Amino acid sequence: MEKSTYYNPADLSKFGNISEWQPELGRKFFEYYAEVFKEGALTEREKSLIALAVAHAVQCPYCIDAYTSDSLQKGADEAQMMEAVHVAAAIKGGAALVHGVQMMNKAKELSM
Amino acid sequence: MKSLHAQHHPLADSGYQLTVLTQADVEGAQLLPFAARLRETGLLPLRPTGIRVMQINVGKMCNQTCRHCHVDAGPDRTEIMTRATMQLCLDALVQTDIQVVDLTGGAPEMNPDFRWFVEQISALGRQIIVRCNLTIIVANPKYYDLPQFFARHGVQVVSSLPHFSALRTDAQRGEGVFAKSIKALRLLNEAGYGAEGSGLSLDLVYNPSGAFLPGSQAALERDFKQRLLREHGIVFNNLLTITNLPISRFLDYLLESGNYASYMEKLVLAYNPAAAANVMCRSTLSIGWDGQLYDCDFNQQLDLPVEERAPQHIRDFNLAALNNRAIVVNQHCYGCTAGAGSSCGGATT
Repeated sequence: MEKSTYYNPADLSKFGNISEWQPELGRKFFEYYAEVFKEGALTEREKSLIALAVAHAVQCPYCIDAYTSDSLQKGADEAQMMEAVHVAAAIKGGAALVHGVQMMNKAKELSM
Repeated sequence: MKSLHAQHHPLADSGYQLTVLTQADVEGAQLLPFAARLRETGLLPLRPTGIRVMQINVGKMCNQTCRHCHVDAGPDRTEIMTRATMQLCLDALVQTDIQVVDLTGGAPEMNPDFRWFVEQISALGRQIIVRCNLTIIVANPKYYDLPQFFARHGVQVVSSLPHFSALRTDAQRGEGVFAKSIKALRLLNEAGYGAEGSGLSLDLVYNPSGAFLPGSQAALERDFKQRLLREHGIVFNNLLTITNLPISRFLDYLLESGNYASYMEKLVLAYNPAAAANVMCRSTLSIGWDGQLYDCDFNQQLDLPVEERAPQHIRDFNLAALNNRAIVVNQHCYGCTAGAGSSCGGATT
């Protein structure tokens, strides 16, 4: 049966295929990507939780699947993962609300 | 929860497990036979590098029924090693300079001759590892003094603790297991285990509580040490990460949850030739509760004994012949060769 969504979970494992039509930029991206997720000032688990939060903020289903699995693999537990999602939610919610100041400024500018 | 054996579950039959494992095509994915992968990397036939560890499974009886248990152990399992078979193990041991004896189960402490066996091995001056599930220490007053007994014989205690959170530990090992494990760890710490300079080694074993591979052993050890010390005041020596092999109850979980194909694919994709060169079966001999010889505890649970040209039973023990055997492999061996590798001693690379 044809899927009623644009997203296919099987496409996640084909991520590397993006290099086919632009090998040099693809190579550079994946090298950078691998470097970013190596342990540095932050641990691999902390980076995975950040990625999980960002995945929710940018609403990428592939990234949510990938970084749920990766966070578990790195030893995160359910509480840590859900807190990461709340961080994303707080920033997204806050980002909308802080624009309320702009709305208020504009409203005041236009009002008598 | 009952064992698969008590449920008369199809997966209680090792022949059926092997049928599932050796399917050429799993949901459209072609899984290369493990032996072929070994051949590609120049490791077939896989040979021992010299037996340094005698791992003895003294029985399938256990006070827990963990969801990932490859032994299908539990309170309803009655298979247990007799003192006569233990004596055969001791007779074999004195013929060799094998320095490490690794006692496993089930809960090895539930074997009525367990303490006698430990005393005999200790008298031979060999290093003893006991794979203790922790909760046994607090299960019954007759086990309360196990930490002191272990300490007297310098036993290295290796204990499963799937996670530093109760949620993930209890999901894998049963409701309330985390709290009991913490209590048992405190008793081990009080007996000197894990303390610097005590010489009493306490290692924890991490198995992923689901269909994913273990992460970095060093990183997980750091997290476990921080969390267990901060939240429970517990210290330990090393964390050993072990990959769940797709057999017995974990295989049942994989099939029931629809994760089997993707997990196998994950293991196959993560095949690491360096890990394959370091697999524990090259330096370990595994002995079943009835004295039968195997290449590892996993082969033991799949009824895959050592190759037929080698001695089959501990009564016929012959170190030279066993060191010349070809190790029996099958699809589950992908579990020990994925990523950083997995063994009873943790990551292998």
